[in-house]
Amino acid sequence: MSSNNQFRYLPTHEWGKIEEEGILTVGISEHAQDLLGDIVFVELPEIGDLLEAEEESAIVESVKAASDVYSPLTGEVIEINEKLLNEPEIINSSPLEDGWFFKIKLVDDLSFDNLLTEEEYNATCEE
Amino acid sequence: MVDFHGWSMPINYGSQIEEHHAVRKNCGIFDVSHMTILDFEGEDTELFIRKLIANDVRKLSEKYSGLYSAMLNDRGYVIDDLIAYRMDNGFRLVVNCATRGEDLRWISSKVRDYKVTMEEREDLSMVAIQGPGSVEVLKNFPAPIDFLKDKKRQQGIFKDDIFAAKTGYTGELGFEVMLPNDRAIDLWKRAITEGARPIGLAARDTLRMEAGMNLYGFEMDETISPYECNMGWTVSLEDKERDFFGRESLMKLKESNDLKELVGIITDERAILRQGQKIHLEKENHARGVVTSGTYSPTLKKPIALARLPKSDSKYCFAEIRGKKVEAIIGSPKFIKEGKTIFKERS
Repeated sequence: MSSNNQFRYLPTHEWGKIEEEGILTVGISEHAQDLLGDIVFVELPEIGDLLEAEEESAIVESVKAASDVYSPLTGEVIEINEKLLNEPEIINSSPLEDGWFFKIKLVDDLSFDNLLTEEEYNATCEE
Repeated sequence: MVDFHGWSMPINYGSQIEEHHAVRKNCGIFDVSHMTILDFEGEDTELFIRKLIANDVRKLSEKYSGLYSAMLNDRGYVIDDLIAYRMDNGFRLVVNCATRGEDLRWISSKVRDYKVTMEEREDLSMVAIQGPGSVEVLKNFPAPIDFLKDKKRQQGIFKDDIFAAKTGYTGELGFEVMLPNDRAIDLWKRAITEGARPIGLAARDTLRMEAGMNLYGFEMDETISPYECNMGWTVSLEDKERDFFGRESLMKLKESNDLKELVGIITDERAILRQGQKIHLEKENHARGVVTSGTYSPTLKKPIALARLPKSDSKYCFAEIRGKKVEAIIGSPKFIKEGKTIFKERS
C-alpha cells in the first residue's frame, strides 16, 4: 500500500499510521502534546472495544487540562500501549513513536486516505 | 507566553513539572514584576495601614519585616491578600496584579481622610528566588542582597534602592527582591549563573498549591471571609480599639453556623482535581463543597486540591470528575513544606 508508514491526522490532533496491512496505530501529534504540556494520566480503551471514527476513545490528562482522544477511523482495539499508564510522560517525549496509544483492526482500509495529510494537518495548526 | 492582566508572561519555559522539581530540590527564579508595589508615607501611615488591613502591622517590630494579611471590604469579605512590610518612613504593600484596579479604587477612597501619600512603584521590578539552593545563591550575590543571609523568614533588608526579604509563594526557603527596573536584568542573569532555573506561571501555581497558599479569585474573593479560606490566623483581633475595615461584619460572620472551611484533599484515582468540581461529603448526596484549586502534585505524584467544604469530621469526600464520583481523603490545606510532606489526614 502506498500509504504505508505515512502519518495521517484528524483536525483534533490525533494521528494514525498503517504499519501492517489493515492495522492502524493511533497517537496524538507533536503539536497536541506541546499544547497539553506535561501529561500525567492516560485512560486507554480496552482490547476488544469497537471504536467508531471520530468517537472518543481515550482520555489524556496533563497538569493543564483533560482532553478526549478520538479514534481516526472505525475498528476494533487489538493492542494498547500499557506502558503509558505508568509512564505517560512518554507521550511528551515521543508522541509519534513510543507514545502511541492503541492499535485498531480497520473495518475499511480505504478510509485512511480520507484523513488529513501531514501538510494539511500542519496547515490547520497554523490557523 | 500568555497575556496576564496586561503583562506578557511565560506559562512555562520548558516542562512545568521539571521547573516545579527544580524549585523543590534546588533553586528557581521567578519574574513577578506584575505584582503591584504600593508605598505609603506620611504622619498617619501606621494609623491608616492598621485601619486598612485585617492583620496588625504593630506586630512588625523590625524594619523591613513583612506580614501576610487580608484587606477586607465593609462586609468582611476579602478584597485582596497582600504582604505589608515596615519601611523607614512608612509601609510597603505588595498586592495582586489581577486585583490592582479594585485595590487602588478602594485604597484611594479611604486614604483621603488621612495624612498619607500612596505611591505605586512602577519603577520597580520584582524577582523571587526560591528553593533550598537559594541559600547558596544568596551568599554569592553582591551587597546589599547578601546581607539577607543572616535574616529569618519574613525579615528583609533595604539599601541603595534594593529591597529584599525572605518571603515567597512556594513553601521553600527563598527570598524576593524589589529593585529598579534597569537593574533587574543583571540580577536575573546573575542568579541564572549561580544555578537558578527560570520558572513560569504554571509551576508557580503547582508550587503554591502544594504549599497550601491561596490565590485570589480561587480560594478567596469579595464573597468569602478570611474564616472560609484558611486566613483566620491572619486576622488580628487582639487590639479591641483597632477598628479595621470589615471588623464589625467579620465579628458577625464569625458567629455564623454555616461557615465553610478550606481543606486539602488528595486522591489516589487517576483523574485530576480541578477548580469548580463539586464535592460531596461522605453519605451526602447533595454537593455542598467545591474545589477552589486543583492540580497534579509533582512532589506527591497524585492529584491534590484545596477545597471549600461544609464543616464536618468526615475523613473522605467525593469529587465529581467527568460524571464520576472520585473518592478523596480530607486533611490539612497544606501538602509540602521545604520539600517534605506535611499533609495531615483527618484522624
